[in-house]
Amino acid sequence: MRIRGRGIVRGIAEGEVIVSESNISFLGDIDPITGKIKDKENLQYGKSITGKIFVFPEGRGSTVGSYVMYQMMKLNTAPAGIINIKTEPIIAVGAVISDIPLMDRLEKNPLKILSDGDHVRMDCYEGWLEIY
Amino acid sequence: MYLTAEEEKILDGEQGETLQKSMEILVAIGKIFDADRLIPIKSAQVSGVSYQNIGDSGIEWFENLKGKVRVPSLINPAGMDLDKWKEMGIESEFARKQLKIISVFRRLGFRIECTCTPYYILTPEKGDHIAWAESSAVIYANAVIGAMTNREGGPSALAAAMVGKTPRFGMHIKEKRAPHIRVEVNRKLKDHEFPKVGYWMGKEIENKIPLINFKGKVTDINLRDFGAALASTGGQPIFHVEGVTPEWKDFHLPEESIYVEDFDVESGCSEADLVAIGCPHLSGKELRKIAQMVSQPLKKDMWIFTSRFIKNKNMDAVAKLEKMGAKVFTDTCMVVSPATRNYRCIMVNSGKAFCYLPKLASTEVIFKPLKECIQEALGNED
Repeated sequence: MRIRGRGIVRGIAEGEVIVSESNISFLGDIDPITGKIKDKENLQYGKSITGKIFVFPEGRGSTVGSYVMYQMMKLNTAPAGIINIKTEPIIAVGAVISDIPLMDRLEKNPLKILSDGDHVRMDCYEGWLEIY
Repeated sequence: MYLTAEEEKILDGEQGETLQKSMEILVAIGKIFDADRLIPIKSAQVSGVSYQNIGDSGIEWFENLKGKVRVPSLINPAGMDLDKWKEMGIESEFARKQLKIISVFRRLGFRIECTCTPYYILTPEKGDHIAWAESSAVIYANAVIGAMTNREGGPSALAAAMVGKTPRFGMHIKEKRAPHIRVEVNRKLKDHEFPKVGYWMGKEIENKIPLINFKGKVTDINLRDFGAALASTGGQPIFHVEGVTPEWKDFHLPEESIYVEDFDVESGCSEADLVAIGCPHLSGKELRKIAQMVSQPLKKDMWIFTSRFIKNKNMDAVAKLEKMGAKVFTDTCMVVSPATRNYRCIMVNSGKAFCYLPKLASTEVIFKPLKECIQEALGNED
């Protein structure tokens, strides 16, 4: 199945989906060293986002989060791609400086149509998501 | 979003990686806020300069940046006075990293003026498009001067400085600057009440743009202190004041209106161990006035914050204040510096500091008029 979305940060990414139902602050919610979710309130606590297509509603919290994403890229623990319902500047800036393709405003709510382990390919040049 | 041929080339990396990444940031922000295109700016002011806000990973990113800013650009307060950090109780490891960040800004062509009052140094004109990040400077530039800027984030203001452009949305569009609510203040306010009413109003009307009716004469300093507090609790990028600010007549009167009588603010503690003045950074006139008021040696710690530019122009006032035991710090402020964490209860005359000190420095705060703050530092009962 292929659905349309809006590419915010250019690039193509492919991989396994991990979905967080809560908003994400890369500062505090994610451990940049291990790539695991460390926010205990998050239902995905302890799971890794490294190399995955990380799906969450939107960013929140400190602007330092952008730089944490950069640190993850340097440590090879960053996600391969990010999908938001509606993205905001902290995540967008972090994705730009860390070369992480970022997409939002999909035709359908990504939290409803995607689940952990789904294999997807996102094309942020043309603005579509393929679910295999 | 429409990009010119030249902008497309920058985006494709023809002018190097720093400009490419900067353009990508501007385009991403533009898409998020449905901007139609980029517009040239006259100046930029970048926030998130403190080591506290950047961290080691941020420093690594900063150090990779190359090239020069395309417009005059200043930066927001850093985590410490760049010369007198030891006197603030800052550790040398923090200082080393902070100075590293500043050296990158210098290399990129920024003027090393770390201040939240850039308008005292680089005053824009009405209608100028600028990309500033400090919330109290943004609200002052829009409301009091009539310049046009969104509340930029640190990286987006930096990208705007490097490219010399910003995405056109929000405050860059005249009709988005219209007031949503009319606020009538029932009596003439004293100088020290302006930050208080700003603090109160931001909580009351949240992020609606107000058109305010203040009774009596209102100074630019009143508007600065009011706006800094309003932007802290409410988050507005602009406000209008009837008969005073440059754009108040340009829009339809808002339908919603409220009437202000009572705007008292409760202090968090009673016994101050530090008096802190200069949020936003003091003007030269204020600095000289405070130097006159401090007529004898101080009994309590008093920290005064201003820009390096203003300090250098008022060395007599600074010398007198320091002789009486006050510390005059530049390049930083009570809100962004980790130094204020060494105190428990801080007396301030600023609505903005009153809002942020408990959140960012975990200290308690007392909110008093300037005169009482100085009396407190002098150790006078009255």
